[in-house]
Parts: sequence; C-alpha cells; structure tokens
Amino acid sequence: MSDSEKKIRGWFGGGRLLWPVLSLAALLLFNLIFAPSFFHFEIKDGHLYGTLVDILNQGSKVMLLSLGMTLVIASGGVDLSVGSLMAVAAATGALLVTKTSLPFGIVVPACLALCGLFGAFNGLMVTALRIQPIIATLILMVTGRGIAMLLTGGQVITFERASYVYVGNGHLFGLPFTTTIVLVTLVATLWITRRTAVGLFLEATGDNETASRFCGVPTARIKVLVYAFSGVCAGIAGLIASSNIKAADANRVGEMMELDAIFAVVVGGTALTGGRFTLVGSMIGALLIQTLTTTMYNLGMPPAIAPVPKAIVIVAACLLQSAKFRDALRGLLPRRATT
Amino acid sequence: MNRFARRINIPLLATAVVLVVLFGTASVLYDGFFSLRVIANLFADNAVLGIASVGMTFVILSGGIDLSIGSAIAFTTVLVATLITGHHWHPVPAMLVALAAGTLFGLGQGFLIQRFELPAFLVTLGGMFFARGMAFVVNAESVGINNPFYDAVLNVRLPIGGRAALPATALIFLAAFVVAVFVAHFTTYGRNTFALGGNPDSARLMGLPVGRTQIAVYAVNGFCSALAGIVATFYTGSGNPAMGSGLELDAIAAVVIGGTLLTGGVGSVEGTLLGVLIFGTIQSALVFDGRLNSWWLRIAIGLLLLLFILLQKAITSRATARSTT
Amino acid sequence: MSDRTDELLLARGIGKTFPGVKALDKVDLTLRAGEIHALMGENGAGKSTLIKILTGVYARDVGTIEFDGRQISPNSPSEAEAAGISTVYQEVNLIPTLSVAENILLGRQPKKFGIIQWRAMRRHAARALERLGLELEVSRELRSCSIAIQQMIAIARALDVQAKLLILDEPTSSLDEQECEALFAVMRRLRDDGLAIAFVTHFLDQVYAVTDRITVLRNGGLVGEFETAKLPKLELIAKMLGKESGELPSSVGGAGTPLPASEGHPKGGLGETRPTFESASAIGDSEAPTTISKKTPFLSAKSIGRKMGVEPLDLQINAGEVLGLAGLLGSGRTETARLLFGIDSRDSGHVSVEGKPVPLRSPREAISRGLAFCSEDRKTEGIAPNLSVRENLILAMQASRGALRQLPLPEQLRIADHYIRALNIKTADTETPIRNLSGGNQQKVLLARWLAMQPKLIILDEPTRGIDVGAKAEIEKLVESLRERGMAVLFISSELDEVVRVSQRVVVLRDRRKVGELEGDFDEHRIMNLIAQPHE
Repeated sequence: MSDSEKKIRGWFGGGRLLWPVLSLAALLLFNLIFAPSFFHFEIKDGHLYGTLVDILNQGSKVMLLSLGMTLVIASGGVDLSVGSLMAVAAATGALLVTKTSLPFGIVVPACLALCGLFGAFNGLMVTALRIQPIIATLILMVTGRGIAMLLTGGQVITFERASYVYVGNGHLFGLPFTTTIVLVTLVATLWITRRTAVGLFLEATGDNETASRFCGVPTARIKVLVYAFSGVCAGIAGLIASSNIKAADANRVGEMMELDAIFAVVVGGTALTGGRFTLVGSMIGALLIQTLTTTMYNLGMPPAIAPVPKAIVIVAACLLQSAKFRDALRGLLPRRATT
Repeated sequence: MNRFARRINIPLLATAVVLVVLFGTASVLYDGFFSLRVIANLFADNAVLGIASVGMTFVILSGGIDLSIGSAIAFTTVLVATLITGHHWHPVPAMLVALAAGTLFGLGQGFLIQRFELPAFLVTLGGMFFARGMAFVVNAESVGINNPFYDAVLNVRLPIGGRAALPATALIFLAAFVVAVFVAHFTTYGRNTFALGGNPDSARLMGLPVGRTQIAVYAVNGFCSALAGIVATFYTGSGNPAMGSGLELDAIAAVVIGGTLLTGGVGSVEGTLLGVLIFGTIQSALVFDGRLNSWWLRIAIGLLLLLFILLQKAITSRATARSTT
Repeated sequence: MSDRTDELLLARGIGKTFPGVKALDKVDLTLRAGEIHALMGENGAGKSTLIKILTGVYARDVGTIEFDGRQISPNSPSEAEAAGISTVYQEVNLIPTLSVAENILLGRQPKKFGIIQWRAMRRHAARALERLGLELEVSRELRSCSIAIQQMIAIARALDVQAKLLILDEPTSSLDEQECEALFAVMRRLRDDGLAIAFVTHFLDQVYAVTDRITVLRNGGLVGEFETAKLPKLELIAKMLGKESGELPSSVGGAGTPLPASEGHPKGGLGETRPTFESASAIGDSEAPTTISKKTPFLSAKSIGRKMGVEPLDLQINAGEVLGLAGLLGSGRTETARLLFGIDSRDSGHVSVEGKPVPLRSPREAISRGLAFCSEDRKTEGIAPNLSVRENLILAMQASRGALRQLPLPEQLRIADHYIRALNIKTADTETPIRNLSGGNQQKVLLARWLAMQPKLIILDEPTRGIDVGAKAEIEKLVESLRERGMAVLFISSELDEVVRVSQRVVVLRDRRKVGELEGDFDEHRIMNLIAQPHE
C-alpha cells in the first residue's frame, strides 16, 4: 500500500463504507428501475433542479448535524441536544436580523458561538462532572427548546433579510447554496481531524480512554472540543432550517433531528461504542435517510409512514455490528462456517 | 444513626420537598390553586404521562432506556379508535388486542437488546420510528370515538370531597401506580430488576435470571405504553397517530426527577409519582398564571433535571467515598 | 494422611486449554472438611482457572471432580452452589444499591403466595450474619458498609445455601490488618463447624496465620501440596517462583535456571529455540557495582505514599541504571509506579527530577519531564485495540507535540518501520490493527511507543508477562541496551531471575512496604529472604 493510499483510507474510513454505500446504491438502483424520473435534471435560470438535487438540499441539515455527531460518538458519547440547539440558533438568528441592524456577517458567528458555548457546557458535564453523555445532553435537549421559545416569546418570527434568506434558498455554482455549506463544513472537518492530530486523539480516546490518558493525550479537552463542535454544527443547521421557511419556529425547528443524526452516523459505519469514525460514511448515512424518505414519497406513500423503513434500516445496521448476531448467523449456517 | 434516618432516601425526600415547595408557592400566588379540584386534575391530566413513567421507571431501574413509548402510545390510540369506530368492535376486545400488541412490541425490543447485546438506545430509537410509522399505517387521520362504553367509563367518578372527583383515567393511573409499587417491592421480578440495574455481572454470578428479567422489563414497558394509550383515548375521546411525540423525554425527566438513577439500580416508583406530580404542578401553575408561557415548563423541567442529576452525583460519590475508607 | 472420609473434594488430573494457552495441566486438588486450604501461585499459575472450573464458570477439558462422594461437573455458578460449593470473589459480587438483607437472600427470598416477606427476610439475614459473629442493621444499603463488612455479607450469602465448601478468592486484598483478623476469626469459626475453605491469597503472612495446608501451582502445573506448619516460608516462596529450594543458594543471576516454560505461550515453537541470551547477557552482580554516588540521580522520591496503595517509601533512580522493583503480587509495585507517573495522586512525600522538585500530578506532566510508563495491563491501559500499529506507536509522541503539529505521514511511517525492524515486531504492515498482533508483539509496540519519545526514565511494569520466551529474551536485551545508552529504567517483574539479571540495584517490597534495597552482590536468594522476613 502506498502512502497516499493509507492517507485516503484514513480520510474515508477504510472498509466500513461497504454497507452504507451498497444500501445507497441499491436504493438508487431501485429508483432507476421503478422511477426513472428520479434521475431527471432540469436547468432553470442557470440552476440545477431535480430529485437528486432536492435530496442534497433537504438532507443538508442532517448531514451537518451528523458531522458533529460523528465526532461526539467517536469520543464514546452521544449528543441529544442538537435538535434543541438548532432551535436556539434559529431563534437567535431571527431575533438579531429583525430586532437589530447587525450585519449578517456578525449574526452568523454570534449564533454559532452561542451554540458552541452550549455544546462546551455539554462537554464539561461529561468530562468534569463525569455524567453519562445521554443524561448530560438530555438536560440541554429539554431546556434548549424552552430557551429558544423564551427568546422568540413563543412567536414564529419571520424575516426578510436577503442574506439570511439566501442561506437556505440561494444557489451557488448552479446548486443550492446549502450544498456548498455542507461541502465546506465537511472538508473543513476532514481537514481538522485528518491534517491535525485531532482525529487520532479522538479515535484513541474513544477506543481506550485510559490508555490515551496515560500516553499524554488531553482526553478531556478533546471531548469538550467535540461537544462544542457538535453545537456549532447544530447552529449552522438551525440557521439553514429557519432560512428555508424564512422564519424561526422555535417549537418545530430541528424536532427529532438529533435522532436522524445519530441514525446517519450509526448507519454510516461509526459504532456507538466510539473509536474509529468515518465522516464520509455519516454523509452517506444522512443521504440514505433522505433518499429513503424521498423514494417513499415518490411511490405515493404518505410521508408519515417513512419512519418504518428507517426503523428497519437502523435495527439492521445494529445487527450487522453485533458480534453476537454474527455468531448466531454462523450457527445457522454450520456447513458454510466449517468449510 | 437510628434506623429511621438510615432508611430515608435522600433523593426521594428532595423530590417531595420540591413538590411541596412548588405546590405551596403556587397556592400562595394563585387564588384557588390550593384545592382538591386542582389536585384531582393533577392526577387526571397527567394520567397518560404517569402510566408511561411507571413503566419507564422499571426500564431505567434495570439500567436501560426506552425511547419508543411516545410512538407506542400513539399506535395504541389509533389502533383502539380504528377498531372501535372503523370496525365496530366492542371496546374491551379492542383494548385487549392493543395491550397484547404493546406487550409483544416491547418483547421484541427486549429480545433484540438482550439476545444480540444491541444498545437499548438504538433499538428503541428504531422502535420509535417503527411504531410511529405503523400508527400512520393503521390510520393516517385522527379518529374520534363515540361509544356507549366510553361514555359509561367517563361517567365513573370517585368523589374525594367538596365538588372534586377523580375520573376513571386518574383511577387507572392510581391503580397502575399501586400495582407497580407492589411489583417493585414484593415480587422477585421487581427485586431482580433492581439487582440487574445495580450490577448486572454480580446479578449473573448470584444466579439471578438476568436475561429473562431484561426482556421482561421491556415487555412490561410495552404493556404500560399500551395502557397509557388506552387512557389517552379516554382522555381525548379519539385516536391520533401524531400523538405523544416527545412524551418519552417527559417520562424520562419525571423518572429522574423522582430520584431514579439513570445508571440503574436506585430509585422508586413512588418517586416517579412525585416527579409526575411536579411536572403537573408546574403545568397547572402556568395555566393559573396566564402570563407565564409554556416554555417555562421546559426550562423549569430542564433546570430540575440538572439539579437532580447533580444531587444524585453528589450522593453517589459520597457513598463510594464512604465505602472505600 | 488422615481419615479418607474427611476428604470433601477430590479433583484429579484437571486440564484446561484456552486457544494457544495451556492454562491448567494435570492439576490435583484435595480439600478436607474442617480445614482452611491455601491455594498459592504467582500470576498465570492457574489459580483462577482452577477455581472457575470448580464453580462451574469454565468447563474442564479433562479430569474428574469428586465432591462429597459424588462425581460433579457444574455448568454454572448456581449449579455449583446447589451442589454445595459457594464462592466469594475478590471484587465483592453483590448489588451495592440493595439492602444487606436482600444481598444475602436475593433469588431465594422467603415468600408467601409469591409475595416477598420482608420481615422474615430480615430475620433470616440477621441470623445468617450472627453465624459469622456479626451484628448489623440488615436494612441498610450494602454500599454504606465497608468493604470488609461487604466481604462478610458475601460470605453469609455463600453459606446460606448450605455450602460445604467455601472458596474465598483473594478476599483480603482490600482489607486492613484489623479487618483481616476479623475475617480470619470467622474463617476459623467456620472451619471448626466442619466447613472446607479454599483460600486464595498472595499475602504470605496470612497463609501462615490461618491455613492448615497449602497447594502451590505454577504455570498451570501442580507444584505440590504441603502442610503449612511444615513448610518454611522461604521454601514456599521458592516453590511459587519455580525454584528448587536446594538450588537457591547457587542460583545467582538465573544462570542455569530454565526460563519459565509458558505463561500464555502463544507459539510453542519459539520456546525450544532459546536464544543464547542468558550466557551473553550481563548478569547483575558480575558487573563491577558502581556506587550510587557516582551516578547522577535522575529521579529521587522522598517518602511518597498513598492510602491503600503503598506505605511511604524512598526511591532513587539513576541515569544509566536499571532499578529492579521486586516483590510478590500485591506488594505495591504497580502502585509505586502509578504514583511516580502521576496516575494516582500521592498523599505524602515529594519527588524531584534532575534535582528540581516537581509536582508529578498527571501523566501528561510526567511525560513532559521525560518519564515513560509501560503498564502491566496491556489491554486496558496500553493498547488502543482498533487503531493501527503505526497509530499506537506514535500516539505518545504525537500527544507530546500537541494536536496541531501533526507528524507528517511519511515521518510516522518511517518511525513505525524503524521500530518494527529494530524490535523485530511481527505484523503484516504498519496499518494492521494492533489487536491482531500477539501479546508479545503488542508489548513491543508499546515499548516502541515510549522509546520513540526518547525518555530519560522508563518504567516497565511486568513487561514480559504473558508473552513468549523469545520475546522475553529480546525485551531483556533491549532493557540492557537502553541502560547502556544512559537511560534510567525502573524494572518491575515477579520473575525474580529476570529482575536479578537486568538490574543493578533492587528495591524489595512486601505487603505494600519497602523492606529493603540491595545493591552489588545480590541474588534471588537474598531477595526471597527479604520477602520472607517476618513483620516487625
């Protein structure tokens, strides 16, 4: 194996991408056969339109959340608060553009910094107070949405500021602007984790925290950092979600999205037990959810039924990662196992 | 230390104090809050959450978690409503079918968790998606229930003094509570659940039926969700596939505020009742006030969660410090 | 031997093989009713495997167990319990959050119509504790009791099933002296009631204080069965360490002493082709002993100690010297190393490195001062199992550089390749997950991790445990070459011949105390004498 191959393996997560890629390919193949219009593209006003473009656009929020979630899960934790933090970001953003004349270039970093702080709070609960991640982030999951509603006074705040509206509705290079946001965030995250030692420290911490600490890895700092990063990702997703509808509805923004993000990460091949992670896999996982939803919609099934195949996929992904299940399968196929 | 002091459960006491303080403050602030009617309503309005929380208590005591209950409740309500209204079943068999379905659903989740050692969090997340989807498969719309049996049940009221009375929903909640307290304290299953959550490896070495208990916990919770769903049909007079979204979090919050450790092994059904009542008291107070808005409920619950988790942390670290010295 | 009817348990020819490791080979064990029987042996001797076979946790491959006149083969702890064999483990296996009474009776609570009778249960539990001479409020939570009391409660639970044989697996490792005495009183009382007690411990004084007979195991084999009163302590140590007592005085530096044949020996073949290491290596005392004053102390510790860890002790480690830390299992060797590396905080004493006083409060700080620590627990404190050989190897180095200055990949590969060749690490390539390597090769990767840092002091805690003979010899050779390059080495091992071979100076620990320091002309015999020396 050459050096560059090793590098690529590190960046893309080695062999863990097999199942997610196969599932996505199978789903696309299904659509190619039964719904060819799925692959139909159209260029209007220099912008590309089509089902696949919609999937990219609508999946952007979960893709962003799952970037942060991947790192949190790699550290051996989980972050339930991202959906609520989306609401916080949306509320803050909408308030700042409607109630103040701050330039949007300041509003965005302000919202993201706030969400990053909330994320760091999660991280401190997990590291300094040693509270289980599920519980620590549950607190902000419950409180965060309340804070967002407090900020908006329970109202749906609408806004017209063009720069804000552009975030979720504009086009760049013929594609929805959200695609660019996801791409830039993905590349930046890949760069930070793989071109610095953060990725190594994170995987080492998730794989064996004690051993990493004994090696001098700053495990606590790394953990706080990933929770803060997860908060920032939630902030970006929240701004997009509010921009999509030109309004901040603190009650609904990001509802249940934390679960979709965890789903994307697990289906993408990163184990909930921590350690090795693959950001690209999580992206594929997020696209898989969105494609699944869109496919069902195209088939004329009510969108409300979409959770059922999702449930099947997540349980299947868990079973594939379970050693016990593989043992049980081997037990069912004794001949193949012995020969 | 005398025997009484030693047996007092500090988290439970703290929960009771919080409840009394909250209720007392609201009584001082709002005219008419301190009345039997408000107390009766506390039980009636929180019956669904209460029954769900009772089941959740056992899951958390065993060291697990169940995210599927909100969806399972929604599924139950549409199933019952559709069978009664759409297929003209008598409510009793419809309810029995729903209870069986809920139990089976929980059993399936428990089996996956126990047999293949899958994380309960993900399996029940799958269960949450599954039950929600199936609810819409049964009926995509809200279904009303108009049935003489329902009217008869709704007419059952147990007067508790003054003009206040406990409706059937509150009575079912209280019955479920009493049964759960009994199961937790006086049956092998209950005690094994505590042992499983306290230390699964020890429980196995002590020869307890760890696997069976773990599956049973989820099956019982499935049953409780179905029962909560049935109560919800009484309470709303309809079945709605979108109902109960996020209810699992309220239930978890009520259980934790009630002094049950999310790590398992420590806690009580009695505490959960107090947790549910705290939840209900804040909600009623917000209604009485009129100026305060519903988001204060979330913020208050979040802060209480934080408070109780920190309190539990302090108590457990003190307990371990004591036993190692 | 006495009346055969006394013999409660007759285990004959017990053998057990795990993939790649022969854990037990034709071991016999005889336990009589009304005796306390010590089961002794160092790490890897097979004590715990034997116990797990008796209690039904493992199934034996060969051999027979006759218990109370019947052949038994328990398949689970509860089957063993039903037969009359109860066990109390070192880690108290009870439920800390439940009451004392429940812990004694969980799973067999007194019931009426399926309803648990709490009052009857409390009465029953109090009676069970009374049998041990213990009066206790049985409704309090278990975790509010001291470990010693929890231990007693575990014994009460074990006895409550009409046990005829009680196995105590290292029950005293977290008890203080008084608590041990109380436990021994209970053990004697039960023995006089006619119970057979198998007692596993690594505290020699305790063996002599309470047991009647001793069975010694070593490397999965039976060394022998002895009457405690007739076996001098020194001889017992010799037997545990695999020495013939007649050989003792002459066994200087292990010359002629065969290296132990196994200890988790994954590749049998390597054992036979022993490298000519022993003859080639410098033997500790054959070198002209350099006096301490001539060497520069790299690290000196004054009365460092920690409650339940080690009693305050002094330690000086010099550059260009291997300091051996000898003692039996549980004597405080690892605890000392952890204090030095800042893993556990010390209650007393101070440390200076290169003449300057330093706090040494965290591994990060210790590393920055030039320390390195290779833990004995490879699995939980050493490897990150799913990361590659390369990543495991450069982890400490990268951590000391900080996250932002990533070692370029070519550099990482160069370092990894260098050490794979230099230490002869057998791996497919640098990207293989470390969990796929054999124990010895994992150990070498961990050594390489620290060598790459070029530390000034390396602490090696049991670096040769559980690895094959060839790798052991290579590691010894490596230690020697590090010393020659001027590094300070703290070498911890329970293989005395190994300690003697590689060290210039030896600090001897016993029961968490420093009992002596040897320099220049020392051998295994003198170390064993120090260990055997009675308490003053």
